[in-house]
Amino acid sequence: MTAQHVRTHAIDVSSILRDQKRTDAPNEPCIKVENLNLFYGEKQALHNVSMEMSKKKVTAYIGPSGCGKSTLLRCINRMNDLVDNVTIEGKILLDNENIYDKAVNVAALRRRVGMVFQKPNPFPKSIFENVTYGLRIQGINDKRILEETVENSLRGAALWDEVKDRLNDNALGLSGGQQQRLVIARAIAIEPEVLLLDEPASALDPISTLKIEELINELKEKYTIVIVTHNMQQAARVSDYTAFMFMGELIEMGTTSELFTNPRKKQTEDYITGRYG
Amino acid sequence: MDNSKIGQHISGQFNKELEDVRNKVLTMGGLVEQQIELAVTAFSTGDLEMAELVIKQDHQVDALEMAIDQECMQILALRQPAAFDLRLLITVIKVINELERVGDMAERIAEMAIQLSSIDNKHDQYYELEHMAELVQEMLHGALDVFARMNVEDVTSITGLDENVDREYGSIIRQLITKMMEDPRNITRMLDVLWIARSLERIGDHACNVCEHLVYMVKGEDVRHLTQEELERKMKG
Repeated sequence: MTAQHVRTHAIDVSSILRDQKRTDAPNEPCIKVENLNLFYGEKQALHNVSMEMSKKKVTAYIGPSGCGKSTLLRCINRMNDLVDNVTIEGKILLDNENIYDKAVNVAALRRRVGMVFQKPNPFPKSIFENVTYGLRIQGINDKRILEETVENSLRGAALWDEVKDRLNDNALGLSGGQQQRLVIARAIAIEPEVLLLDEPASALDPISTLKIEELINELKEKYTIVIVTHNMQQAARVSDYTAFMFMGELIEMGTTSELFTNPRKKQTEDYITGRYG
Repeated sequence: MDNSKIGQHISGQFNKELEDVRNKVLTMGGLVEQQIELAVTAFSTGDLEMAELVIKQDHQVDALEMAIDQECMQILALRQPAAFDLRLLITVIKVINELERVGDMAERIAEMAIQLSSIDNKHDQYYELEHMAELVQEMLHGALDVFARMNVEDVTSITGLDENVDREYGSIIRQLITKMMEDPRNITRMLDVLWIARSLERIGDHACNVCEHLVYMVKGEDVRHLTQEELERKMKG
């Protein structure tokens, strides 16, 4: 082997080193939360929260129970409007438009921002009807479009192969993990921009959990995803960014790899390493 | 940043596991320090029995390395540690590897001491080597002390000694070359002495590496492959 040979067959490591940097690069923001305060009656549940969530990335909210992470998540599609006695101050910008602006149509907003809850909540209808529900209430009844959407959405939710032969069966007959993926299929059938997942895997067994996590990884190609989870390892596995909340405040937010290996704040460190603060 | 970093987990068992790993690393460090001490003494006094002991004890260092590795792996798999806990375990895995290498260096010195004693009785002429040994022992001791206290503020004073070690090493090599040129019959002996000098120099490097790993553990900052000046600047900033 000569030096010339080595040079012509050089092993190029620059791409590896570049990739490593790229994951840290900032991304285009999709959702911006600005100075958000939320009160349930007298009690303040969110204190001056400001953060940005990147387009087509997964952002995880972690924190102890009652820290406000689900409350914050629900603000993003104005689910809190349905709760009595809630006062919200501040802004949430979705593609630079304040969703709390008076002119905003809430139903239209929720079409853009889909949501999946902890407990799978399929409608007591067939699998097919569950997925097409959102389209039907938009007045879309073209059978071809509906069938296409069902297949695409169920494929997108990694459920198609398991249910393609029984689309007319009642959705309540599915297992918990399948129901949760069905609900995700229902959410993506109306092609939202953002998916909010509130503890999507906490009621599922480990295999179904992994399937949901795998799914999240695929879904972020198309959607901006925000996930609330109690399971820190899950947050570490599925998310690109992690925000740690405590007592209604955003304590720290950063890339998931940074936050889990070298958090800046002691409170974050104590929480993720399982210590009393 | 102090030892309490290890404690205070909600899981007391986890505290115990980390504390146990830490203690084992310190035991291993103590053993390795003793190995160097014995090897250098064996060389300078020509005490063959002591040299044999060093060689015999090296497997203990190796066994400790494997045991600690195993324990770290268990914790990583079962506890999925994060932040400082994670950095601690990763650092331990690297530090014990350095310590194991230092153990090998001590063994090599002991072997050379045995070889030299069969051809040579005038051990007093290597006092530069002894001085070099003192320096690297000081470095290793300092590095282990940093680990015990988990305080990296003074690491640059330890890594700074490596320059002195390298200088001593250079001057020993020059002396050895001179002696070889004076009388080619010295060459075999001088090559053995060269191995010892080389081993000591490597121990200094390993001690520096340990210090760098420890900075990562405590501060989360990767400071490998920096010059002494760059490291000093980083530690100040």
